[in-house]
Amino acid sequence: MSDDAVNPEEVRHVAELARVGLADDEVDQFTRQFADILEYFETLDEVPEVDREADLVNVMRPDETRDSLDSEDALRNAPETEDGYFKGPNVS
Amino acid sequence: MSDANIFITEESLAGDEDGPLAGRTVAVKDNISTEGVRTTCGSEMLAEYVPPYDATVVSRLKDAGATIVGKANMDEFGMGTTNETSAFGPTDNPTAPGHVPGGSSGGSAAAVAAGEADLALGSDTGGSIRCPAAFCGVVGLKPTYGLVSRYGLVAYGNSLEQIGPFANTVEDAAELLDVIAGPDDRDATTRDPQLEGDSYADAATGDVNGLRIGVPTELLDGADEGVVEAFWDAIADLEEQGAEYHEVSLPSVEHAVEAYYVIAMSEASSNLARFDGVRYGNSGGYDGNWNEAFARAREEGFGDEVKRRILLGTYALSAGYHDKYYKKAQDARAWVKQDFDEALSEADVLASPTMPVPPFELGESLEDPLQMYLADANTVPVNLADLPAISVPAGETDGLPVGLQLIGPAFGEEEIIRAASALE
Repeated sequence: MSDDAVNPEEVRHVAELARVGLADDEVDQFTRQFADILEYFETLDEVPEVDREADLVNVMRPDETRDSLDSEDALRNAPETEDGYFKGPNVS
Repeated sequence: MSDANIFITEESLAGDEDGPLAGRTVAVKDNISTEGVRTTCGSEMLAEYVPPYDATVVSRLKDAGATIVGKANMDEFGMGTTNETSAFGPTDNPTAPGHVPGGSSGGSAAAVAAGEADLALGSDTGGSIRCPAAFCGVVGLKPTYGLVSRYGLVAYGNSLEQIGPFANTVEDAAELLDVIAGPDDRDATTRDPQLEGDSYADAATGDVNGLRIGVPTELLDGADEGVVEAFWDAIADLEEQGAEYHEVSLPSVEHAVEAYYVIAMSEASSNLARFDGVRYGNSGGYDGNWNEAFARAREEGFGDEVKRRILLGTYALSAGYHDKYYKKAQDARAWVKQDFDEALSEADVLASPTMPVPPFELGESLEDPLQMYLADANTVPVNLADLPAISVPAGETDGLPVGLQLIGPAFGEEEIIRAASALE
């Protein structure tokens, strides 16, 4: 998208990767807007390489069993359930 | 109830009888989970979602005796600077009717400004507490990354965001911070506040004698003239009370907006992948291939700004572009941190206008997303550097509120609370 102007096929391709359906007029609108926004992002090229001396430590804890959400509560927001499971669309 | 569209859900949740916030009312941004009360994130996707548990900050509010009065309107998933991306319609600014309340925690700031709640909680990923605080003429504080638990906050940009308080006074905001701050074993990034005094509220002394204020010149460049005038009046006020200021330069912040948006959008594209309409959220009830069913559910459930950010984030992380965008943005983030560390080695706090502009008129700015992103120039560098910052009212320009932002060193909330309280 960045080297040349953004084109509608690329917007459609990224939308497919992200699992977001787009109407045709959205594709046109995003194609125009992304060209501006990505051109602006290009200025990151001017950022020097920086030594990232992050002073971070892992936070660990022992694995201990404890109560979790019960399945009825966990399923309450699901649009579709079956026998105590979430029910999703067919895996192609 | 006012007709400013401040709340998405009005519901009274009583807390304990005793506690430091007994008798106080609190509005909670609608991306913070409340057990049994729907939490929409301002999105059609979660219009019917009812969390089965409380966020840690909500448990702490209840334990402290606060009464929650409603779930405040917000830009969809926190993505916006005006509150206009909410699927539930925009909120009017109670302090400047006909203008936006700022975003993304616009409903929270408006609730406090309109007197619908004594206090409010918002979240700040790139300015979402400080911007609406400035636009509505109230106090808003974005804590140091790691001071407040994010457990139960619906994630947008995890490496950037913090929950924080709104109030009419600095001391009230500090009191609410006292209640929500501190370690939580459900958020491994939280740590002990290591207070110098007894509480954050105790720091609101208004004593700025000898305070060294750094003013980053880059954060004044291009700001509205009236805003800059109000800013210098506030600095003069602090000087009269014994503070001194000097100008500093933060060359890295020239790249903060693009670095922030690349990182935030990348994190958003990953975080929002969970909304597929299977476990929760809008499914649309589509049949057929699962990829197509998910794409249609997400097309229906998400608004334009959310789609834009998911797509741009997906693009920035995709093969061949990761180094160009994401890696460079991380370099810029490290550079911004270094600049702030350096500036704060010779100043106790840094000061700038919170927003470079006064509140926009409702509907003024929806068409050009890039122009909206640029309005965040003064707030996003603080999130990139993980630092605390407060926005405090600093007069007005043409009758519209102006906010002053004070930025402190990591876990230096007491310093910015002390300095901000001198302006009241």
